[in-house]
Amino acid sequence: MAELIRLEDVFFYYHSPEGEEVKPAIDGVTLSIDEGEFVAILGHNGSGKSTLAKLLNGIILPSGGDVIVSGMNTKDQDKIYDIRRKVGMVFQNPDNQIVATVVEEDVAFALENLGMPSEEIREKVDEALEAVGMYEYRGHAPHLLSGGQKQRVAIAGVIAMKPTCIVLDEPTAMLDPKGRVDVMETIRNLNKEYGITIILITHHMEEAAEASRVIVMRRGRIEFDDTPEMVFSKPEEMDDAGLSVPQTVEILNEIKKAGFDMDIGALTVDECAERIKNFLEEK
Amino acid sequence: MSEILRVENLTHIYGIGTPFEKTAIDDVTISVEKGEFLGIIGHTGSGKSTLIQHLNGLLKPTSGKVFVAGKDIWQDPKEIRNACFKVGLVFQYPEYQLFEETVFKDIAFGPRNMGLSEDETESRVIEAVDFVGLSHDELKKSPFEISGGEKRRVAIAGIIAMRPDVLILDEPTAGLDPYGRDEILSHLIEYHESRGTTVMLVTHNMEDMARTVSRAIVINQAKVMMSGTPEQVFARADELFEVGLTVPQITRVFVELKNKGVDIGRPIYTVESAKEAILQRKGGGMGAS
Repeated sequence: MAELIRLEDVFFYYHSPEGEEVKPAIDGVTLSIDEGEFVAILGHNGSGKSTLAKLLNGIILPSGGDVIVSGMNTKDQDKIYDIRRKVGMVFQNPDNQIVATVVEEDVAFALENLGMPSEEIREKVDEALEAVGMYEYRGHAPHLLSGGQKQRVAIAGVIAMKPTCIVLDEPTAMLDPKGRVDVMETIRNLNKEYGITIILITHHMEEAAEASRVIVMRRGRIEFDDTPEMVFSKPEEMDDAGLSVPQTVEILNEIKKAGFDMDIGALTVDECAERIKNFLEEK
Repeated sequence: MSEILRVENLTHIYGIGTPFEKTAIDDVTISVEKGEFLGIIGHTGSGKSTLIQHLNGLLKPTSGKVFVAGKDIWQDPKEIRNACFKVGLVFQYPEYQLFEETVFKDIAFGPRNMGLSEDETESRVIEAVDFVGLSHDELKKSPFEISGGEKRRVAIAGIIAMRPDVLILDEPTAGLDPYGRDEILSHLIEYHESRGTTVMLVTHNMEDMARTVSRAIVINQAKVMMSGTPEQVFARADELFEVGLTVPQITRVFVELKNKGVDIGRPIYTVESAKEAILQRKGGGMGAS
């Protein structure tokens, strides 16, 4: 598959109030993400994962190294709008991202700013709202929607721009269980049905388990970069990185620690139940 | 045990007489014993935030009563301020509410408003930062130069410093990483055990709920839908799913296991109890064969 985003030996320093450079938030990261991937980025608070996300579409620019999106360098001011149309961002708090008083107007906001003809806007807005399952709510007032619904409207606003990639920074952190499930289903659907590259930053191991690739950040560096099965098969190392593993892995690991032979990399409830069943039934 | 908090036939209607009239809490009665560690679950819009805002007098009931330590908090509306001292409420994302120049001053805000002496205030502040596990070095810093997780602990300390009889926390672990979650929860458990204070935890995280509380109340459509031990509540997984809630992942594993024909015989809601049940079963099975 074609490469979409490349980070070449990227460093990023925040500045202290006195203007001094403090320890790097991103400390020499080299990374390549292909079109169509579903990548989850994990890391404890302060590990650099949100900084990494902001580097991907030029919200911040690297202090050292380069971020290349489809051959365009984020440092190139002439290309910054093209880059942001390719790589859209969704943030944690839906209330901070919604600007209009009607759902469909909110989704149309960016398109209007691009000066697109109104028929075309209508078409793109409808399509985007359908993709996130919010078409029936197009005439509603956003503030009367639930958190999960608002977040899906925010996602629609991004996909109306037809991005190649969406970066979501903890999109479910403020949602209740139902809202969380709906947003995750939407994300999965955008990846599978629409082929949109997904970069999901999350603290929820269950959500990361749905990705095809998991990157673990620690102290501004990449600690692991592998399939979820491989990453979550290392409960001790994850613990060291201030993270955890899904309970499905945790319980299998407990059985293993009790001295039994057990393959612990089970990511779904069904898979885990199957392994426990086999374990209990074998003599 | 004695009753510390009682909500009697509480109803709250927003926007009475307007087209947006909405009954957020509908004839709810709850009794909380002194020293309980209570969990409150409910999806967004279920009415749980409206409920907790009544407990320290932030909202006035449309009808019904709230008793704290046997006293109707609205008996003398001029004294309603005291309800805030007795029932400490930590809001969601409380770190955005920090405003003072130093961490010390921020935590001291509550005790000072209670009219405590400077010495007493200082000892309360020290006690509170110890409870939330912050180092004393942080006290001189600006609350804006510490990390997000630390800010949240400062906000919680600000409430603890008032030594409330009941401590209510609305989603205290939202947005924190697993380590930060563990940190806050273990300090809360410790606080609850050593002080014997009544604690109420509002959360969407069923795993957190399962390992901390002794009783869980489920709020749905403005009413109390369930009340019981985590074991009793999570045993009704299907009903929880129906109202947009969930159960811990480990509980779902055992529901699935039962569907596959292996019945462990009791509801499982923590990894620890799961481990015990499985190894016991394995051991028993081997003994029988």
